[in-house]
Amino acid sequence: MQVLDFIVRTNEALNDQNHLLKVAPADGVTLPEMFPGQFVQILVDQSSHVFLRRPISINFVDPEKNEIWLLIQKVGEGSQKICSVHVGGIINLIFPLGNSFTLPEKKGKFLLVGGGVGTAPLLFLGKKMKDNDLDPEFLLGGRSGKDILQRTDFERYGTLYCTTEDGSMGEKGFVTHHSVLNEKKYDFIYACGPKPMMVTVAGYARDHGVGCEVSLENLMACGFGACLCCVEKTVRGNICTCTEGPVFNITELFW
Amino acid sequence: MAGLEVHIGNLKLKNPVMTASGTFGYGTEYADFIDLERLGGIFVKGTTLTPRQGNDYPRMAETPSGMLNAVGLQNKGVDYFVEHLYPVIRNYDTYMIVNVSGSTIEDYVACAEKLADLDKMPAIELNISCPNVKEGGMAFGTSCQSAAQVTREVRKVFPKTLIVKLSPNVTDISEIARSVEAEGADAVSLVNTFLGMAIDVETRKPKLSTITGGLSGPCIKPIALRMVWEVFHAVKIPIIGMGGICNWKDAIEFILAGATAIQVGTYNFIDPAASVKIVEGINSYLDRNHITSVNDLIGKMIV
Repeated sequence: MQVLDFIVRTNEALNDQNHLLKVAPADGVTLPEMFPGQFVQILVDQSSHVFLRRPISINFVDPEKNEIWLLIQKVGEGSQKICSVHVGGIINLIFPLGNSFTLPEKKGKFLLVGGGVGTAPLLFLGKKMKDNDLDPEFLLGGRSGKDILQRTDFERYGTLYCTTEDGSMGEKGFVTHHSVLNEKKYDFIYACGPKPMMVTVAGYARDHGVGCEVSLENLMACGFGACLCCVEKTVRGNICTCTEGPVFNITELFW
Repeated sequence: MAGLEVHIGNLKLKNPVMTASGTFGYGTEYADFIDLERLGGIFVKGTTLTPRQGNDYPRMAETPSGMLNAVGLQNKGVDYFVEHLYPVIRNYDTYMIVNVSGSTIEDYVACAEKLADLDKMPAIELNISCPNVKEGGMAFGTSCQSAAQVTREVRKVFPKTLIVKLSPNVTDISEIARSVEAEGADAVSLVNTFLGMAIDVETRKPKLSTITGGLSGPCIKPIALRMVWEVFHAVKIPIIGMGGICNWKDAIEFILAGATAIQVGTYNFIDPAASVKIVEGINSYLDRNHITSVNDLIGKMIV
């Protein structure tokens, strides 16, 4: 873990709700190795209404350009402010934080399920799986086609299935209703997105005897295990999602 | 370089900057960010006689210039601390001080007794001010009688430096400070968090599982500062001041108001290196103003 200033190299609005920031260490230092599922804590502006840092998933790491990609949804004042940082501006990160998704040890059929901005860590995971000769498939959901973010990036690493609530792209409905879940038998599922989605995916995995990891987004203050605010009730008791997670095997959870 | 050493009971702190219990884990959580040995002391997570799971999630809500928490003293108990955590932290060249909490006086006493046996445990901070537990905690710190009673009983079994952490959720904090001083407390630390709450207007539900929680951060600083100043005029024992300290200026304010040392709390979450920056800032301030020792500033607000 370290605290470091990053320069914003690009800030692209992917739709009216989401921005993709590509950031690199301001002093040019080489990024340490990072793993899919890890996150950063972004210092915003310390104004009275945005006092705490904001935890954001690592969307992708580009070692050649020495860049971290951060996919940010404008949900409140803090995330709005992060999205409004200009190219060339500086943001301060504590990184890398948390554990990571477990890469499969042997080949098989793997499905990465994401909803909304919860798709963010799955791009980095898909890339790592592809690098390891494991063929990931992606199932991404959104309200409409414009909410399915980074489609061409995902398609680079594996087959992409989509659902939209308005039917404007892929199958109509929620990801958890997609036909691929009935047609194919997967060996492992990774999920990140709204909690109701993850709970349903976890239920599917349990019912079908499929292993499953989910990435939680509990509210947190510090991000490195000091405040004990972000706990999840697990078979090991109340444990911090920032240090013991954010990725949990569903066998540890009570949902 | 100015003299930064200050004394609290038998402790000779290398500088007046310490970190507040509940915001700094066991110190090791911050070892990637700072050299822990540059601090005057580290107050580790609130410890109870038996393990506690703490309160249900959600335990945190951001508020203007601060946050509410309702952690509820989650910890693995004093025996786990002694066996697994103490061996890791005992060799740091700074004071590691355990914050002791309990539901009954017997709990406090038993916990303090176990800690008294540890050779590298020079002090404890008696937490009679946690607002987030149903029984005990703050209940002991809101009346002079119960504050005095728990201090008296722990004093009997703990011969080393005894610091009592006071609650701000009282009518007159000076009275409480005087009552624990009378029972042999070596120092008081203040303030713990203020009882507060927040509501999500969309769901109309409380933002904390416990409805109320403890408010901390810069939003409480002016009130905490006023309380330190009041207590400074009420007791002779040293005061460890805290409440929203983010930088060296905040720290100097507390010292001028009467604090011998300070604790950095919530701001550690925003800048994990804040405490060490404050040590440097205090030193520069003293040099710049040709003040040879930080002790010359304690309670020296000019009115």
